[in-house]
Amino acid sequence: MKKLILMAMVFALLLPVCASADEVVNVFNWEDYIDESVLKMFEEETGIHVNYMNFTTNEDMIVQIEAHPGEFDLCFPSDYIIERMIAKGMAAEINFDNIPNFDQVLPHLLNPDYDPTNQYSVPYMWGTVGILYNKTMIADPERSWHILWDEQYQNSVFMMDSIRDSIGVTLKYLGYSLNTREVPELMAAKNKLIEQKTSGVVKAYQVDETKDKMVAGEAPLALMWSGDAQYAIDLNDDLDYFVPQEGSNIWVDGMVIPAGAQNKENAEKLINFLCRPDIAQMNCDYIRYSSVNAGAIELMGEDYTSNYVMNPAQEVIDNCEFFHDIDDSFRAVYESLWMEVKNTK
Amino acid sequence: MRADMTLPWWAWALMAAGFVVFIAMLTVSIRRNGGIRRPLFASPYALWMILFTVLPVILIGYYALTDANGAFTLDNFRAFWDSNFASNKVILEAMGEAGEAYITRGTVNVDTLGYSLWMAFECTLICLVLGYPAALFMADRNMKLGPTLVVLFIIPMWMNFLLRTIAWMSLLEDSGLINTLLKAMGFQGVQLMYNSGAVLLGMVYNFLPFMVFPIYTVLSKMDIRLSEAAADLGCNGVQTLYKVTMPLSLPGVISGITMVFMPSVTTFFIPRVLGGGNTMMFGDLIESKFLTEGNWNVGSALSLIMMLLILVSLSILRKADPNGEGGGIA
Amino acid sequence: MKKFLKRFYLGIILIFLYVPIVVLIIQSFNAGRSRAKWEGFSLRWYGELFHDQRILSALNVTISIAVLAMIFATILGTLAAIGIYSMKKRPQAIMMTLTTLPNTMPDIVTGISLMLLFLFTRVPVGYVTMLLAHITFDTPYVILSVLPKLKQMNKHIYEAALDLGATPTYALTHVIIPECMPGIITGAMLAFTLSLDDFTISYFTTTPLVQNLSTLIYSAARRGIEPSLNALSALMFVALLVLLLIVNRRTAESN
Repeated sequence: MKKLILMAMVFALLLPVCASADEVVNVFNWEDYIDESVLKMFEEETGIHVNYMNFTTNEDMIVQIEAHPGEFDLCFPSDYIIERMIAKGMAAEINFDNIPNFDQVLPHLLNPDYDPTNQYSVPYMWGTVGILYNKTMIADPERSWHILWDEQYQNSVFMMDSIRDSIGVTLKYLGYSLNTREVPELMAAKNKLIEQKTSGVVKAYQVDETKDKMVAGEAPLALMWSGDAQYAIDLNDDLDYFVPQEGSNIWVDGMVIPAGAQNKENAEKLINFLCRPDIAQMNCDYIRYSSVNAGAIELMGEDYTSNYVMNPAQEVIDNCEFFHDIDDSFRAVYESLWMEVKNTK
Repeated sequence: MRADMTLPWWAWALMAAGFVVFIAMLTVSIRRNGGIRRPLFASPYALWMILFTVLPVILIGYYALTDANGAFTLDNFRAFWDSNFASNKVILEAMGEAGEAYITRGTVNVDTLGYSLWMAFECTLICLVLGYPAALFMADRNMKLGPTLVVLFIIPMWMNFLLRTIAWMSLLEDSGLINTLLKAMGFQGVQLMYNSGAVLLGMVYNFLPFMVFPIYTVLSKMDIRLSEAAADLGCNGVQTLYKVTMPLSLPGVISGITMVFMPSVTTFFIPRVLGGGNTMMFGDLIESKFLTEGNWNVGSALSLIMMLLILVSLSILRKADPNGEGGGIA
Repeated sequence: MKKFLKRFYLGIILIFLYVPIVVLIIQSFNAGRSRAKWEGFSLRWYGELFHDQRILSALNVTISIAVLAMIFATILGTLAAIGIYSMKKRPQAIMMTLTTLPNTMPDIVTGISLMLLFLFTRVPVGYVTMLLAHITFDTPYVILSVLPKLKQMNKHIYEAALDLGATPTYALTHVIIPECMPGIITGAMLAFTLSLDDFTISYFTTTPLVQNLSTLIYSAARRGIEPSLNALSALMFVALLVLLLIVNRRTAESN
């Protein structure tokens, strides 16, 4: 018995040690937001072990990064969160000498509003927010946000359990800016969202679950990010995606190295790797968001350029708006507004 | 393991000091008594519990009573009563008097607490109604099923509870197994998921064994001669159940209620998976305060309120079972 | 008839408890990814399981933490139980309150309070903090299983041992501990199971970097569970079942 216990102890102590490697990079990314074989290739080419972890919303991510400084070497926040990270000194300056592939990034995405001097971030993917619908259930939907409020579609809409996205599209539907700080506009949006819930249109508030459920035909309508939509369309021909005529949110997710990262150079190597055209192409083929990489777009050719989900027309883009960060104090208004919506029975 | 152990220096100093004091105490007591005094065996544990249970609870209190800058405040409790507290302040600052029109008391936290209590109450009641007969039949000596059934009730709990809950989702979904079956038989599909009914089902499913075990334990220890005596004195089966068995099983029932009610109030995850995020329970609320909004202060206040509430309800239940005979698992 | 009704009722309850498990096991043999559509029998997910680095490392963390926490909690708890047992009334009452306190705290509060502790003291959370948390919630259960055995023990055995010339230490290791061995074993098993199954407390005391099976399942649940996770839990389930049968047979034989 004693021997057994001793062996169990040694075994248990050895286990976690075996898993460690010398060179690591700790990556914090959205659920399902990379082709994981790309990471394997990176490991094989460089010998750097990738610890890969996921988050669900920007808000969850920044809380983790704030709580655990030094824990993460590379993260993939959206534009407005990059803005906040830079403002709070949470982003490390990237050494662009280590990222020769940076010249592949489309020129119009350089020096963006959220990182005007382009010192802290490298664009990763971009996309829009729109509506994914099932053609067999709704043949010809009106191309407006109104469809998410249309009472004939009872129990039919998957909303997004993500504060800025859900409030943002409601503001757009009402004709306001999705960065508004006007209280009356926000209150109108709140009432609209509560009305949507009480009228029985909403089926559920969720994020990553929606993709699979739409593929399975669980509901006719869902608020979705473009890449997830394209991913679902690939798996189920009955699905289609559009950006409503009132306009929507357009976003860029960037790669950022959090301040205090312990493996900064490895993170830069990974950024450079992800910017390599063939890798960016692989990645884009898998996750189906819009590419920021000139070389990758060239490699994908017609497939990419003719796809209106991944490569929307210029007028759609012009009709969309970027998120800006809402500062710490005013964010309380957004947060309690969203809580009230979620609390509605 | 990674280089995880980078504590600030004072923490090391404190721990080293504690260790030295501990060793000193031990040596002194050994010298004096010619052996370790046995009550001292509990000292590592006492130290451990102070460090990892008492101190953390004090920290919750500390965060609940301070603001983001560490200054004393009661605002976090005001924010419990009025979930729009912070928001209203901002609105008034931004708009001045014109903002008054948009000020309302937010009832989110209070509502959610009420809803959680109600759901926990329903769950406990259903578990009791379903579980009591089950425990009674299990303890039935004529059937000789007891020990086997106990094992059969325990086995499902070896499967990760998250996975079991997700398995319910694949049963209840609109495109799930039950609906597929119904449609194959020519019926209309029904929406089983995305409502509080489904959440309740998930809760009952997860907590039912905790009601059955303690009742079964008490019933199986009950002296069978008591019910025989009741029968001899002219009670029929139903009367025996009412007048003898039920009162005697009360400690088990109380313990079962405690073991179901407590985790029910604090449930999270189940509402998200089976309720589709349409309803929020207090556990979800606390989690989102900490992990989505990053607001530790209000989150701590909510946790503290939840803890007090549970302590109060426990002490009420204890009154009903002063001897604590309902043993539970042990 | 009555007997049949009773059996019928128990049968219904058991079906209720087992349906999701059966569904889960069946899904693990489904060739496709879908939860609802049967696309043919396959062992594909069992194969993929052994190549999925994340699942394997989560399994690693889960089991190693369960074992380590069990060992530490059993030692700490047994010592504590002996200590508490021989205390005077007042300190005994204090220690018992300290022991039952965690049981009356909801898991989510325990988890959050520990998270605050680690964040406050700037201890980077991860494997070690998760282990500390598990020891913390395991130990009271060990004490609560050992104490009754101590109370049942005949006090005079210990005194007799001393009278016969045993030193207190010798009496402790050769009389008291063997006497309460069944309680210690129950406590250890309980600790192991609790730590194996814990989600809430682990969730708050680790980072996404160090995940056990529960927290991995939690994050995977959002985008649709990998069927290989079903395969893994089916395997673990069967393993435990076999273990139970063996233990049962052994106890039956020794009886």
